[in-house]
Amino acid sequence: MNIKSNLKYSKTHEWVEELDNNCALMGLDDYSQDQLGELVYITLPEVGDAVTVGESYADVESVKAVSDVFSCVTGTVAEINEELVDSPEKVNEDPYGAWLVKVEEISAYGELMDADEYKEYLSTL
Amino acid sequence: MKLIFERSVPGRRCYILPKCDVPFEDIPDDMKRQKALRLPELSEVDISRHYTTLNKQVFGVNCGFYPLGSCTMKYNPAVHEEIVGFPGFQAIHPLQPDHTVQGCLKAIELLKVRLCELLGMDSMTFQPAAGAHGEFTGILLIKAYLRDHGGEARDKIIVPDSAHGTNPATANMCGYKVVNIPSAPDGSVDLDALRAAVGPDTAGLMLTNPNTLGMFDKNILEITNIVHEAGGLCYYDGANMNAIMGTVRPGDMGFDVIHLNLHKTFSTPHGGGGPGSGAVGVKEILVDYLPGKDTVKENGEFVLKEPPKSIGSVRSFNGNFLVYLRALAYVLSLGGKGLHEASQNAVLNANYLRVLLKPHCRTSNEGICMHEFVLTIEDLHKKYGVSASDIAKGMLDCGVHPPTMYFPLIVDEALMFEPTETETKEVLDESAEAIIGLLKQAATDPEALHKAPVTTPVGRPDEVTAARSPIIRYMDFDA
Repeated sequence: MNIKSNLKYSKTHEWVEELDNNCALMGLDDYSQDQLGELVYITLPEVGDAVTVGESYADVESVKAVSDVFSCVTGTVAEINEELVDSPEKVNEDPYGAWLVKVEEISAYGELMDADEYKEYLSTL
Repeated sequence: MKLIFERSVPGRRCYILPKCDVPFEDIPDDMKRQKALRLPELSEVDISRHYTTLNKQVFGVNCGFYPLGSCTMKYNPAVHEEIVGFPGFQAIHPLQPDHTVQGCLKAIELLKVRLCELLGMDSMTFQPAAGAHGEFTGILLIKAYLRDHGGEARDKIIVPDSAHGTNPATANMCGYKVVNIPSAPDGSVDLDALRAAVGPDTAGLMLTNPNTLGMFDKNILEITNIVHEAGGLCYYDGANMNAIMGTVRPGDMGFDVIHLNLHKTFSTPHGGGGPGSGAVGVKEILVDYLPGKDTVKENGEFVLKEPPKSIGSVRSFNGNFLVYLRALAYVLSLGGKGLHEASQNAVLNANYLRVLLKPHCRTSNEGICMHEFVLTIEDLHKKYGVSASDIAKGMLDCGVHPPTMYFPLIVDEALMFEPTETETKEVLDESAEAIIGLLKQAATDPEALHKAPVTTPVGRPDEVTAARSPIIRYMDFDA
């Protein structure tokens, strides 16, 4: 399982990368994409939408099922990765390159783990 | 094989019309279509062969064991077809005056009364054409009732995470916000989570009981009580009604509205896109809101009347009449005792199959199940890389229709079996033996299972490409 050391992770297997100016990128981690299987569809929020810690802001569809994607932060959607709408397979190919949204004006972070903690958490599943 | 459009030859027909013996009136030019209809042109024998070939390539409940979980793929008795073939039921029109179709209206009334008795409800509508359509109707009824009783601000429907996917979709389509609550490990409703979720904004709860793990919720009375005390109404997803007929009634459990999948529990044709029938039963408080027209007796005759506060029509006329007429044939031929026995045997068959398979694979829950149970292939998946999908594909080679896969979502690598009461012990024994063979093969030859099925007309379709870039219409239609 590929876990990147500069990212933080949620228990529901999303990653978040803190950026300057109170912004962050969020995406699905390697464990998520492996469990979901090949993605066939992604629904992203719109720029300007509010996202809240622990609440769903997007959904992804695989051949098996549709699953919610939960937010690691509370803030406002600044950018969405439109490329994923036509090419959801990018999440499978490069989960850490294929960010879903960039969030700005972040007011709260959820309970997150660093890479080592996350590795340990995965070993308990 | 070729599509029927590819067999088409211009001008080929399968009829010879007699000469017109009335004055010919042509349609005005401005009302005529400008392009010919794109219909295939074939002889009768071509059409017959085309569909017979297709028929040989599909698998239905008439071909073999079909334990598709939560779908209740029971056999449809042939006597139903005979009854719906009666000219008095066939050669009628929904706009005919009521006094000329008294027999049909009586049949509707009879089914309504019998099903209400079975459900513990006060009235029914037969307009909805399928289960999800019934759900949609039921939640609209709750919405109309709340609107008239000071509950307009109630904007949330509670749905447990073990629910059928149609439940949250229905609530959303009706303009409600969905509150998802986690289940306890056995799939039952977590009472603390429910108590925390209800409040002055609760419009209602949608619940499937027995749930998708095949467990009857032991707290059912407390669940409906919590929702009612908060001022919400309770919706019963009757998809799993086949487990409880004649044993316990949703109305007595405290539910205000229920839909039945007549094409599941009541043995009307099922699959292939319908036509189905998602009849909805309601308690007294919702009767005035029912859609369409109700059968009412006036001066010794049945008439169709719109309920005073009706939510309007959810489908044309009286719904799929010939479909729910089959349900009446089923109810009358089995009788109350027979329906009860059907449910008992459905539960017995599920438990028999569960006990046969259990030594070879983990089940999602311990103990007795209702009409269905869930296996998890998680261990085989981790050890040998054989997934639930691989086992399901292998079953196709054994002449058994696969169970439901990857549902419910709360179980990893799930396979959900519902044998129904119509299968014999011999069928269950043979099928169990075949499935156990596959579970063993996972350890010895996983590669073969990755390649299954090898005996079916179509092997493994590329599901990912089919979902990502589907070709959804015949190409020449673009021209």
